Amino acid sequence: MSKTTEVTDEALIAAVRQPSIGSSARAYTERVRRGDMGALPAVLGLLVLCTAFAVARPSFVTAINFANLFTQGAAITVIAMGLVFVLLLGEIDLSAGFTSGVCAAVLAVLLTNMGMPWYVGVLAAIVTGTVIGSVLGGLVAKIGIPSFVVTLAAFLAFQGLVLVLVNEGTNISINDPVIKAVAQRNLPPALGWALYAACVAAYALVQLVRARKRASRGLVSDPISLIAARVAALAVLAGAAVYLLNLERSLNPAFASLSGVPVVVPIIVALLVLWTFVLRRTAFGRHLYAVGGNAEAARRAGIAVDRIKVSAFMICSSMAAVGGIIAASRASSVDPNTGGSSVLLYAVGAAVIGGTSLFGGKGRVLDAVLGGAVIAVIDNGMALMQYGASVKYLVTGFVLLLAAGVDALARKRAAAAGLR
Amino acid sequence: MTPLLEVRGIDKSFGPVQVLHDVTLHAHAGEVTALVGDNGAGKSTLVKCIGGIHPIDAGEIVFDGKPVQVHGPRDAGELGIEIVYQDLALCDNLDIVQNMFLGRERRSGLVLDEATMEELAQQTLSGLSVRTVKSIRQQVSSLSGGQRQTVAIAKAVLWNSKVVILDEPTAALGVAQTAQVLELVRRLADTGLAVVLISHNMNDVFAVSDRIAALYLGRMAAQVRTADVTHAQVVELITAGRSGDLGLKNGVTP
Repeated sequence: MSKTTEVTDEALIAAVRQPSIGSSARAYTERVRRGDMGALPAVLGLLVLCTAFAVARPSFVTAINFANLFTQGAAITVIAMGLVFVLLLGEIDLSAGFTSGVCAAVLAVLLTNMGMPWYVGVLAAIVTGTVIGSVLGGLVAKIGIPSFVVTLAAFLAFQGLVLVLVNEGTNISINDPVIKAVAQRNLPPALGWALYAACVAAYALVQLVRARKRASRGLVSDPISLIAARVAALAVLAGAAVYLLNLERSLNPAFASLSGVPVVVPIIVALLVLWTFVLRRTAFGRHLYAVGGNAEAARRAGIAVDRIKVSAFMICSSMAAVGGIIAASRASSVDPNTGGSSVLLYAVGAAVIGGTSLFGGKGRVLDAVLGGAVIAVIDNGMALMQYGASVKYLVTGFVLLLAAGVDALARKRAAAAGLR
Repeated sequence: MTPLLEVRGIDKSFGPVQVLHDVTLHAHAGEVTALVGDNGAGKSTLVKCIGGIHPIDAGEIVFDGKPVQVHGPRDAGELGIEIVYQDLALCDNLDIVQNMFLGRERRSGLVLDEATMEELAQQTLSGLSVRTVKSIRQQVSSLSGGQRQTVAIAKAVLWNSKVVILDEPTAALGVAQTAQVLELVRRLADTGLAVVLISHNMNDVFAVSDRIAALYLGRMAAQVRTADVTHAQVVELITAGRSGDLGLKNGVTP
């Protein structure tokens, strides 16, 4: 190894040994230089896009548009969260979009046509997703058909299934107030602040307790300054978001007041926390990464690779069902196009833009949220610029390609730096 | 002294090709047994049979004086037989601790017990006097070949294993790293483990082994004490299956 890499190795190692803000920052820049960019492209992209749209269309930075971003991006983000699990294994689920359509249609049929209560509909939709995932995963893991082909077939078949469920093309409206609240209602401002305080406090507590526990056993632990910086960053960013969302955004407040954090936001935060916990703190999550990194090593370590694969597809399709419910809630209806057109590509794009690798083994649930934000901003900004569908498709296709390109180049660079 | 691990009369065929003929091998605790043989002699197949990857057609495996059935890697692991394969089977995207505990993570309740795993990994590495690895939270992708080999070996001994089988651990390493790994192999045996070392390199074999077992075309040509044979004799055993009084008597035609 050359002298320079040894020096940078020292930087990485020093950060692992006795981390401080400075050494952590140095280790991070070093990782980025070696090609492990993580969420950096998504964050930079978000900043650039927001600035550009804000300059071109002042209406982009209004409170109402900020709230719209969340409800517009929610369904894509949730589907992308599920896709992260499949992408972690180096597989793909092209049917996730129409899976969300099928599940939304199941929900609509149960609620509107059969008059079931909302919880039955939601449960049935999610179970439908889980069953779909287990079938897809079974075909991939047990029979060994490439996931690309299995899910491409499912992509076509589920379009048909949606049509069957909505009687060859009718539009089923959803009138259930609970379901409609998911993507259309807001939390009372006070509740928004309360949840915000609870989240920041819980985050700080978890970080502190972990550091204390590790320090008491003589293990390397994060210094208090680093924890404080992280907590402060979360507090500022989330606080700003809650403040903006709590602003009055109705055009005529006297007629109907409109303010508060959209209901989908706490739902997404809860899903983010849940799946991050599963991936990072449980044996199942560890095994997912292992199978994605080296399936043969995982198999020899006694991990049931097939079972991990099937579970990943089940999680993916179940999350697609949740995404479908959110989409149905936002549109107040389900039609043959629910989950169709660009939903899947947006969702895959969101995961990849966020930093999840298409080659497996690398990715976080947070990536889906960051990438989902990028997609939502593009979609929203382009609409404000009054571009037609043609330009929107072209730009989104280009962005997806760009993200995949960054991923592939980062991988190449990492290989050159001996990281892979 | 009875051997810790003994395989007797193992036959193994893949379809019409018989790869192992009546193979016998023993490994003693506290000793390094070198398993040598030319390409295709059946070394890897024999190891995979012991490790439960391949089912055996005939013969028996005796562990600690008792005949045992090994139907899969799990069975082998439970007996205390660990195999470090040539490709190491490490996950590049995980760190050293995560790799060492892969598939056997410590948990407290539902949550992974990272602190305990880190402590145990640290103890194992320092118990093997490994000082080349600077942080055990490094990703394996950032390690050198010798360090990876060290991690793979440490992973194998973490589980109170009694027999460690190493498949060509030095094949891809440079001179200094080879010396480090051989030193580690010797230390494993000195701590009381039975070590089986597959190697092509006569220097390595003579440097660390106590006994040499030579396979020739799927048959065990000879098992001898390293001190009793010369370099040339071992090469003859590998290439011709016999060397003077040693080796296969009836002569095997290739």
